[in-house]
Amino acid sequence: MVTLQINGQSQTIDATPDTPLLWALRDFLGLTGTKFGCGIAQCGACTVHMDGKAVRSCLLTIGSVGNRAITTIEAVGNTPNGAKVQKAWLDIEVVQCGYCQSGQIMSATALLNKTPHPQDADIDAAMAGNLCRCGTYTRIRQAIKNAAKA
Amino acid sequence: MIQNISTRRTFLKGSAAATATLSGGLMIGFAIPAGAQQTPKPTPYVLKPNAFIHIDADGKVAFQIPQEEMGQGVYTSLSQLLADELDVAFDQVTPLPAPPDDMIYGSPQRHRQSTGGSTSIRNFYTALRQVGASGRAMMVEAAARQWGVKPETLRTENGMVIDDAHGGRKLSYGALAPAAAKLDAPQNPTLKTDAQLKYIGKPMHRLDSPSKVNGSAQYGIDVRMDGLKVATLAASPVVGGKVDHVDDSKLKAMPGVQLVVLDDIVAVVATNFWAAKKGLDVVKITWDGGPNGHLDSKTLMAELRATAAKKGVTAAESGDADKALGKPGGPTRLDATYQVPFLAHAPMEPQNFTVHVKKDGTCEMWGGSQVQTTAWRAAATVLNIPPEKVTFHNFMLGGGFGRRLDVDMVVKATRIAQKVDGPVKVIWTREEDMQQDMYRPAYRNVMAATLTKDGMIDGWMHRIAGASVSARMSGKPPKDGLDKGSVDAATDNYYNAPNFRVEYIQAEPRAVNVGFWRGVAPNNTIFAIESLMDELAKKAGRDPVAFRLAHLDKTPRLKNALQIAARNAKWGEKMGPRIGKGVCAQWAFGTYIATICEAEVDTNGEVHVRKVHSVIDAGRIVNPDTLMAQVQGGITFGLTAALWGNITVEKGRVQQANFNNYRLMRINEAPDIQVEIVKSTEAPGGIGEPGCTAGPPSLVNAIAAATGVRLRELPIDRALLAGKSSV
Amino acid sequence: MTARNIIVGLACIAIIVLAAMAWIVLGPGPMAFAPGSTVAIASAGSDPSGVPKELAGGDVIKRGEYLAHAADCLACHTGKDAQAYAGGFAFNLPMIGTIYSTNITPDKETGIGNYTDAQFLAAVHRGKRQDGQNLYPAMPYASYTYMTDADALAIKAYLFTLPAVHAPARANRLNFPFNQRALLTAWNMFFSPDTRFAVNAAQSPEWNRGAYLSEALGHCGECHTPRNLMYALDNRQKFAGALTAGWRAYNISADAKAGLGAWSDASLTSYLATGHAEGHGGAAGPMGEASDNSLTYLTAGDIHAMVVYLRSVPAAASNLPHVITVPAPASFREGVTAGLDKRGEKLFAGACASCHDWTGKGQLTTFATLTGARSVNDPSAVNVAQTVMNGIDRKTAAGNVFMPSFGNAYTNAEIAQLANYVTARFGPEGAHLTEKGVQSLRDQAAQR
Ligand code: FES
Ligand code: FES
Repeated sequence: MVTLQINGQSQTIDATPDTPLLWALRDFLGLTGTKFGCGIAQCGACTVHMDGKAVRSCLLTIGSVGNRAITTIEAVGNTPNGAKVQKAWLDIEVVQCGYCQSGQIMSATALLNKTPHPQDADIDAAMAGNLCRCGTYTRIRQAIKNAAKA
Repeated sequence: MIQNISTRRTFLKGSAAATATLSGGLMIGFAIPAGAQQTPKPTPYVLKPNAFIHIDADGKVAFQIPQEEMGQGVYTSLSQLLADELDVAFDQVTPLPAPPDDMIYGSPQRHRQSTGGSTSIRNFYTALRQVGASGRAMMVEAAARQWGVKPETLRTENGMVIDDAHGGRKLSYGALAPAAAKLDAPQNPTLKTDAQLKYIGKPMHRLDSPSKVNGSAQYGIDVRMDGLKVATLAASPVVGGKVDHVDDSKLKAMPGVQLVVLDDIVAVVATNFWAAKKGLDVVKITWDGGPNGHLDSKTLMAELRATAAKKGVTAAESGDADKALGKPGGPTRLDATYQVPFLAHAPMEPQNFTVHVKKDGTCEMWGGSQVQTTAWRAAATVLNIPPEKVTFHNFMLGGGFGRRLDVDMVVKATRIAQKVDGPVKVIWTREEDMQQDMYRPAYRNVMAATLTKDGMIDGWMHRIAGASVSARMSGKPPKDGLDKGSVDAATDNYYNAPNFRVEYIQAEPRAVNVGFWRGVAPNNTIFAIESLMDELAKKAGRDPVAFRLAHLDKTPRLKNALQIAARNAKWGEKMGPRIGKGVCAQWAFGTYIATICEAEVDTNGEVHVRKVHSVIDAGRIVNPDTLMAQVQGGITFGLTAALWGNITVEKGRVQQANFNNYRLMRINEAPDIQVEIVKSTEAPGGIGEPGCTAGPPSLVNAIAAATGVRLRELPIDRALLAGKSSV
Repeated sequence: MTARNIIVGLACIAIIVLAAMAWIVLGPGPMAFAPGSTVAIASAGSDPSGVPKELAGGDVIKRGEYLAHAADCLACHTGKDAQAYAGGFAFNLPMIGTIYSTNITPDKETGIGNYTDAQFLAAVHRGKRQDGQNLYPAMPYASYTYMTDADALAIKAYLFTLPAVHAPARANRLNFPFNQRALLTAWNMFFSPDTRFAVNAAQSPEWNRGAYLSEALGHCGECHTPRNLMYALDNRQKFAGALTAGWRAYNISADAKAGLGAWSDASLTSYLATGHAEGHGGAAGPMGEASDNSLTYLTAGDIHAMVVYLRSVPAAASNLPHVITVPAPASFREGVTAGLDKRGEKLFAGACASCHDWTGKGQLTTFATLTGARSVNDPSAVNVAQTVMNGIDRKTAAGNVFMPSFGNAYTNAEIAQLANYVTARFGPEGAHLTEKGVQSLRDQAAQR
């Protein structure tokens, strides 16, 4: 049994502490917006926030999370930057298959939390860990800039 | 506001089981099951608006989208076709995946449900407009009967039938639906004129985006239900191999897991993925690789080379190529061989399928497929039951790219599910996904061309050696030895060579399963053609763009696109050292596209793609924004392959496993990609693939411009480029 | 110049050469640093050999298994993708060539199934094959020679319980004159001590046990002690660190800056027991294997004994800069790498920052912490490059340590750029690895 703070709620999960947060979210809590892509922190599909910072949940064990606040794509829209990013995404239609986009949005929001007016180099540094096989990069870059202006 | 697409399950259950619950719906007559027609006859297309359109009493409209949504935007673009002609408000529309049914949802041309080859708009453009128009006519007819007026006196707007002659009285489609549903569908409805179109040709916002930015979109991997188990699997790493020995002593210590051992698959079933994965990790499996267990890439490529050296069967011919080409070594003759490797699809959503083999002899399955009916039949075949006993819930795909045109994942998941009590979701790890792919075949192109005195192409020979995906899928060799799928675009002779021959020779690799991959055959043939064009231009002492333009008089739409692209990309401007621009002009999938790529090569041979300009003439366009997105995505996909894509084999096993050794382009490696659309009223062309095929040749040509090094094999070889700078 | 002068000159040269040779040859033994005189185990009060008390009652096979783990026979006698103990592991020695380890399963034809006890002891203690030919000193018989007969034979008993694998030895690929096995006879004359462990009565029983574990069984010096020109261990610089198989074996002497001097006992214990110590990074490559195949099997008491012994080895300086123990700044824009070559940064952003963070202290797992790790503090970046290329995949008692390998998809130039960036950002000084340097590291570690 591990207790976690997820999207503002305390959740107790009947899983072993070595279970990655990704699978706790998906298989135990039904929060399937966080995606499995690689399992080795190379694609970013599983990105969530831990105390506002973007982390890869596929390699983060629930035993190591402790009391730190986890936010997932399902709730990031309740934060000002999350909402801005989601809107910017919709405005210029970033999404294609969409499978990577939860992670992209989480990383982009964390970027804005830290760097309200990111330049290209900031975007590269913050988003390079998020792969998009559909190739939505041109639009991701633009949407982040738009969100920063909003 | 668009309803969460995840409501589809309720809808489908409702539609199959209890239509009556959908009050006032236009869903009656919905033909489930109808896949009994195993071999669809080429019957004329019959309009069945009832099967496509469902309208609630409150006016909400749901469309059954026959094609699969995998990111290319068909939910939206096909909805645009329907909604425009039906004349309903676009924000009232919910797209839903159609169930498997070739006769109703297969394209009018092929009567087979399949999303691939950039065909959705090409095949459905007219048909779905007719369906929408037919539905609208039924609404008008129902209103006319109710009011006792002539239908011609009525008009429609945003889901309302309006009677201007009687003070503008209105009836909503929702109110009319029950009556309309009982009418016969008109088979030749009048379509809107171009001026009347409200959605077609407009950059409508995607209907699937809202759910994809808030995490509520449901992919196959997201399926959840009571009692669901999760499994992960290891299939024989060698094609044709078998399980030799399984040591599960450590697994026994883990509670609540089930081991499934089949001929060529070992799986562990648990209550969640992590438990299953941990379980499989401790199972020691020894594989018997069988006859392929010793093969490696070196051998496979040597075999391909040997086959490519032989004469193939003729796929297209005009003039006298042999005479025009003369002997090798002739002063105006250029011989070149281009080769591309095996490639994995690597969609972001790893393969998965959820299957419930029930005690009553039926089966229910959930997952995403590009071939709904084939997937559905595949499960039935495994279980040896009629397909009608299988219910298939199709989901959006986290990337298709051709991977999900195959149904091996359905077969494997169903075989595992047979051993499991209750529903089981089988999830491939990324490693398993990558090592058990159906790979884009390696191809070798043997080419020769000659020039006339004035530097125009005279003779042209293009021999393509490679595997036939259709043959692998069907188990039958290609008719007369010619795999049409392998020579696509090569046979079109869009540069109008007067003496022209294209050959194909089948070269099936051992130990590698081949499949369709984004861009399909043209991502090989266009690479070869456009590389050779650059080499010929050089031989002729001409600028690559000018040389192409000189050959495009008979292909004016491509000529036009290329001229615009050259202008947009400032072709001919002076550039810094080690920077070059490369061009690709192509006609494939019914679309003309000209692309100019700018690349820089550093002293280590590392290639940095700086910018890409693409100009596309795809005829009539349904959604220009989607088109641009598809071209941007396609180019990225193609560039990724050109830079890094390479699947290699050792001891019969694929060596790449995850993104650490099968690289995908990242945002900090991605160029800015600008796309311009040429307005056209020609028939619509495909847009999913063309960008992909444009990437590699334009990049390789840019590298040649930057370094003087002509790369004839992909992926690009950095060692060859190290230290080289432009000539 | 007169003939006499010439003769005197030649004589002087000969004397110098002989003296130099003698100095090299007559170098100290591995435990000579410790004060106190030694006595044979039989006449000593306590016996540091054998297995720990917990296992003492076990049968010879169980004891042999423990000792085989402690001596880490597995690591070198198992080739890539091959069966355990069936040989085929490649030792790539620059200039010299490649030597393959042999099959030590009890297969009668290709393994050691026909070895008598005496023959086995000759191989372990003196580097003699069954046919009387010399083994190459890639087999650490100069260390194993300190093992007691009883322990060596217990290992043999254990090996003989393994499934016999038919695996003929791979032919070595050695350059002349190294392909002349007979030359080793001369080498052995100078460098093969052929002597058993003797107890140092002035030292504690733990120390003696630790020495036996570290020298006779664990053969730490074979990697961690530099070699002289003749490829023998130079115990004057005992445990000062060396390059082995393309990896850096670090200084594990008492030196405070470069060695273990600044490590707490707890850190050292943790590192030995699990291959990881908070603030010091984790084991990868050959040390990762030593951890997983060998050290992890040792009892807490034995680990403690090793700590006692290692602590006693005098400081041997090596010219590594001091270790940086503070994290790098949170932003890629700050820190010493801010203006550096962007290519390494680009690679780091894509493939590394997700785990290691721009600070070097990742949030996912402490295994991914770079701050304080020796690899990033080594300006040669040898182990950084190797780890990037080969990855880590270790299952330890403390959890799975995993890092993907990037060597098959990233070029030598990219690996060099990345390693240079990483050492600059997280260590005291950036490396200057080149494409060629990376290729050489690949060649040295290659298993083919
Ligand atoms: S699934 Fe976590 S980074 Fe790919
Ligand atoms: S939108 Fe499909 S992977 Fe990014």
